[in-house]
Amino acid sequence: MPPDSESTQSLHQQLISGKISSEQLVRRCLGRIDARNEEIHAFVHVDADDAIAQAVAIDNRRAAGETIGLLAGIPVALKDNLCCKGQPATCCSRILENFRPPYDADVVSRIRAADGVLLGRTNLDEFAMGSSTENSAVVTTRNPHDTSCVPGGSSGGSAAAVADGMVPLALGSDTGGSIRQPAAFCGIHGLKPTYGRVSRYGLIAFASSLDQIGPFANDVYGVSLLLQVIAGHSGRDTTSVDHEVPDFLSRHLDSPPRPLRIGFCPEHFAHGLSPDVETPVRAAIDLLRDAGAEIVEVSLPHSRYSVAAYYVIAPSEASSNLARYDGVHYGRRAEAFDGLVDLYSRSRGEGFGDEVKRRIMLGTFALSSGYVDQYYNKALKVRRRIREDFDAAFEAVDVVLTPTSPTTAFRIGEESSDPLTMYLNDIYTAVANLAGLPGISIPCGTAPSGLPVGMQLMAPPFEELRLLQAAAWYQSLRNNGPLS
Amino acid sequence: MNTEDVLKVARLARLHLEKDEIQSLGQHLTNILEYVALLDEVDTEGVEPMAHAIDQHNVFREDVNTPSLPREQALENAPQQDGSFYRVPPILTGRD
Repeated sequence: MPPDSESTQSLHQQLISGKISSEQLVRRCLGRIDARNEEIHAFVHVDADDAIAQAVAIDNRRAAGETIGLLAGIPVALKDNLCCKGQPATCCSRILENFRPPYDADVVSRIRAADGVLLGRTNLDEFAMGSSTENSAVVTTRNPHDTSCVPGGSSGGSAAAVADGMVPLALGSDTGGSIRQPAAFCGIHGLKPTYGRVSRYGLIAFASSLDQIGPFANDVYGVSLLLQVIAGHSGRDTTSVDHEVPDFLSRHLDSPPRPLRIGFCPEHFAHGLSPDVETPVRAAIDLLRDAGAEIVEVSLPHSRYSVAAYYVIAPSEASSNLARYDGVHYGRRAEAFDGLVDLYSRSRGEGFGDEVKRRIMLGTFALSSGYVDQYYNKALKVRRRIREDFDAAFEAVDVVLTPTSPTTAFRIGEESSDPLTMYLNDIYTAVANLAGLPGISIPCGTAPSGLPVGMQLMAPPFEELRLLQAAAWYQSLRNNGPLS
Repeated sequence: MNTEDVLKVARLARLHLEKDEIQSLGQHLTNILEYVALLDEVDTEGVEPMAHAIDQHNVFREDVNTPSLPREQALENAPQQDGSFYRVPPILTGRD
């Protein structure tokens, strides 16, 4: 773990006041990456010269008396499925190994406009399909807390980079839990915004009704800061919602609604939950209760179907989104083929890894004539039931609390032989994507093994501020005790 | 799912599969389909499918020409191109 890990607020303040320059901070990060990335494998691409040039440009503008954007020169790492003009975007897939997007993602434009420094591209499970980065065609990332263990996935590279102190901020994407689960495994904060809160323009699509981009940081301040920059309506994503963006940054320390009504579902604490996770999560509930939160039992009867619904809907949407990788306009083209259809089939057969093929096949089947009603439409109906459960629960509570993941970080290789076991990692997180709700994973303790444990809070649509306030409140209780 | 089913789906998905892949994919699909049969337990009589997480309808903009991606940039990542077009094998050949 980084020996001199400073709070994001402290780093940010130092940049704003000029106590450190952006170049100094970026060089410090690059030094850490140099020292650690060969062991951790968080980053798959680092353009050091480009990052330093960005930092120097910001420092020069500051020296010239110009107003500097909100990020003030702080470095941000990007998951390798976010398009950045001229930089590689491979989704850690062989099929895109030489692809360089000709445009910036909306979140990238926003980070640039806010004077953040884009520093490096992080590892992910291929096309964001996985829970460990073991499906990356490039490398498996190591958990900084125990390098024989996975960092979680699919945004495992971003989570590990922040947890290891390589960068203070990183972006990931979350389709069934791919920000929240790695945040929990790596002991940091990770937030998935409400569907539509952040533009998906420039996020290489996996499942269009489920994907969202979100921030990783070591603390609530960092998450609030990065969310403030990336949130907002974009004309280039017609699923981006024109909803007012609150002031996350100066209000995240305000009290959450008092008394905070926290819902929990007893079923979530039954069979399948590791005691390593249950103990710290229950301790967190006790701490919150002692500090005045109202802990309310809620019923979410359809959440037990969430993994099944997710593993029909997400692959179905993926089969459609990944149809574009045909060896024609970009990406890998097979060398030997016999005719157009064979060009497509061989390029795709050679370019996609096993898990991607599994999901494309499953999705194609679920959408095919004769089966679409039985599988895809059925799953969409169950999805509505899941959403209705949450709508009802939020009449009685402000947030719903669950463990983020049923276990702590598993060993590399331990779960990769059985896809279904891997899928069950999403058991607490997929509901938020299905229902469109915001969710945050908050570190809440450590298992006897030393591995981190995370708990999840979910809120109604567009209530990210409430999540940040609740998370900040919990953070202060852990630091200062219940009477703070 | 038998070999024939797997190959049918692979054809729809334009995925060339090696022999050993056909076997393992068939097994995987069978396992997952068994698991997702769980959804049949849920009473969804009269429930509208929820394709979208938010209640948003068609979003339009004015039909006004704005600059789009220059041809050069659009061709930059092409496996084969001739400066104007992407090069592909003939599309209409009289066979499937």
